[in-house]
Amino acid sequence: MDERKKKISIEGVKKRFLSHDGKEVIALNGVNLGIYENEFVCVVGPSGCGKTTLLNIIAGLEHASEGKVLINGNPIVGPGNDRGVVFQQYALFPWLTVKKNVEFGLAYKYIKETDPSTGEARYRKLTKAEKAEISEKYLRMVDLQDFSDSYPKELSGGMKQRVAIARGYAMNPEVLLMDEPFGALDAQTRAQLQEDLLKTWDTEKKTCFFITHDVEEAVLLASRVVIMSARPGRVKEIIDVDLPYPRNQATKLMPRFNEYKNAIWENVYQEYLEVKR
Amino acid sequence: MLSKMNKGVPKQKERKLKDFSDGSARVRVLTMVLSVLCGVLLWYLLSILPGVGVILAGPQDIVNDAMPELMSDGSDGQFEAYLLLKHIYWSFRRVLGGWLIAFVIALPVAFLMGWYKTFRNILDPWIQFFRTIPPIALIPLVILLMGTGERSKISVIFITSFLVMTVTIYQGVKNLDLTLVKAAYTFGAGDLSIFIRVVVPSAFPFILTAARLGVSTALTTLIAAEMTGTFYGLGSMIQTAQIYFRMDKVMLGIICIGVIGFILDRLLLLAEKKLTRWQ
Ligand SMILES: Nc1ncnc2c1ncn2[C@@H]1O[C@H](COP(=O)(O)OP(=O)(O)OP(=O)(O)O)[C@@H](O)[C@H]1O
Ligand SMILES: [Mg+2]
Repeated sequence: MDERKKKISIEGVKKRFLSHDGKEVIALNGVNLGIYENEFVCVVGPSGCGKTTLLNIIAGLEHASEGKVLINGNPIVGPGNDRGVVFQQYALFPWLTVKKNVEFGLAYKYIKETDPSTGEARYRKLTKAEKAEISEKYLRMVDLQDFSDSYPKELSGGMKQRVAIARGYAMNPEVLLMDEPFGALDAQTRAQLQEDLLKTWDTEKKTCFFITHDVEEAVLLASRVVIMSARPGRVKEIIDVDLPYPRNQATKLMPRFNEYKNAIWENVYQEYLEVKR
Repeated sequence: MLSKMNKGVPKQKERKLKDFSDGSARVRVLTMVLSVLCGVLLWYLLSILPGVGVILAGPQDIVNDAMPELMSDGSDGQFEAYLLLKHIYWSFRRVLGGWLIAFVIALPVAFLMGWYKTFRNILDPWIQFFRTIPPIALIPLVILLMGTGERSKISVIFITSFLVMTVTIYQGVKNLDLTLVKAAYTFGAGDLSIFIRVVVPSAFPFILTAARLGVSTALTTLIAAEMTGTFYGLGSMIQTAQIYFRMDKVMLGIICIGVIGFILDRLLLLAEKKLTRWQ
């Protein structure tokens, strides 16, 4: 159907959990989804439908009970820094300063360079100065450059999440997996970070998998919105958002924006009702 | 109904909220010093009561009787020179030695227990078993195995403080927030790296708490440890003084142990404050 390259393909993925009393919970029940290279996918669906579970499986933090998950055509066997994750709970290291938190993962990054004498490719770790430069850049992006020496406990919830986002960007992964990263933020900060994310995505195109509760946010960011059905989770519908990039907050004023928003909202709302019943 | 409404809204009094902080350092220290002085005064007053004074030696007895005897320079040939300092020196050595060895071994043991299930399952019943045994009960066994030298004293202190420190540090390792481990995995960290950069720092506050608990346990075990037979040591000094009913010496011994404990605890607390500012 589509000649674009598939970055990630999810084929018939099922996930069962055993609850503490030995009952089986089916979190995902046969999910099929292809994510194309450099596209921005947003996932919406009622609470408990398995969005985080799906993200964990792509991240390699959880194994599917059944089915296949491929990245670049290879099965995902575990976590790796080709995929960066921004967690729903910030997951900042409380004993490290903001700056050190952003630099934490850079210790595992190698950069490729060519040996000037032999012309061969070789890999080396980042230097201290390079790490500092990267953390500075991304902390400036989320407007936290003045807090680089603070500890996480000294920050508000929104600020913590901004650090987590900066940390995700700083790793410069091929795929960014984000679990409601803006959920805890106030409307202004949220709008600001949405713009930043769109801008960054425009300049350095990346494959993004973004979970949100906010339909408006999904339509603003996504090239495709995946609607999941209530538990056990499946893909209910995929909607192409045919609005031109680059987008910004003004995109929300386009009449088509609201058409998408209303259509998706109605679709998701049915699932919420389903959960209630 | 109407009369109720006529009363109107009751006027709210201004409410002072409870202050949960420690307050200013000056007030805190002053209160503590005053508390100690009042305690000593109360002790003095009790000791001069005719009925109580026979049993309870007062601070004046320590100054008049115990100190001249235990801190004499030995020139009159009657008392050994600076005996109290020797008692303190030997007890301090044993406490510090037992505690230090215990700490150095408790660290890897607790982390291995936290990291490897099998290791945990093998050690857990032993630790729980020995934890309930009072140290005095171990003495015959320790004397049989180690004799009556320094080794037996350090062993008794080692056992008790080792157990309490292992359990505390292990709790810290178990307390690990797994989302932090997940985050580290997604950055591409290996197991060793996660251990060093996530597990250890996250358990760090527990390590310091364990060290403090270990010191106080070591001190409370001192008397038992010195029951294995010795002349020098605060514990044996107290036991000997008890036999001769020298309550002034008993009280002095108790005070010395308490002061050593207080000083060591404050030092560790200082280290804790310095090292875990992020908490
Ligand atoms: N470790 C686990 N053990 C048992 N059940 C689990 C576990 N993790 C998730 N579940 C169950 O799987 C289902 C999906 O959970 P998941 O966290 O993926 O939902 P979600 O869509 O992310 O919800 P939300 O929008 O509230 O974050 C839930 O019913 C949950 O109870
Ligand atoms: Mg979730």
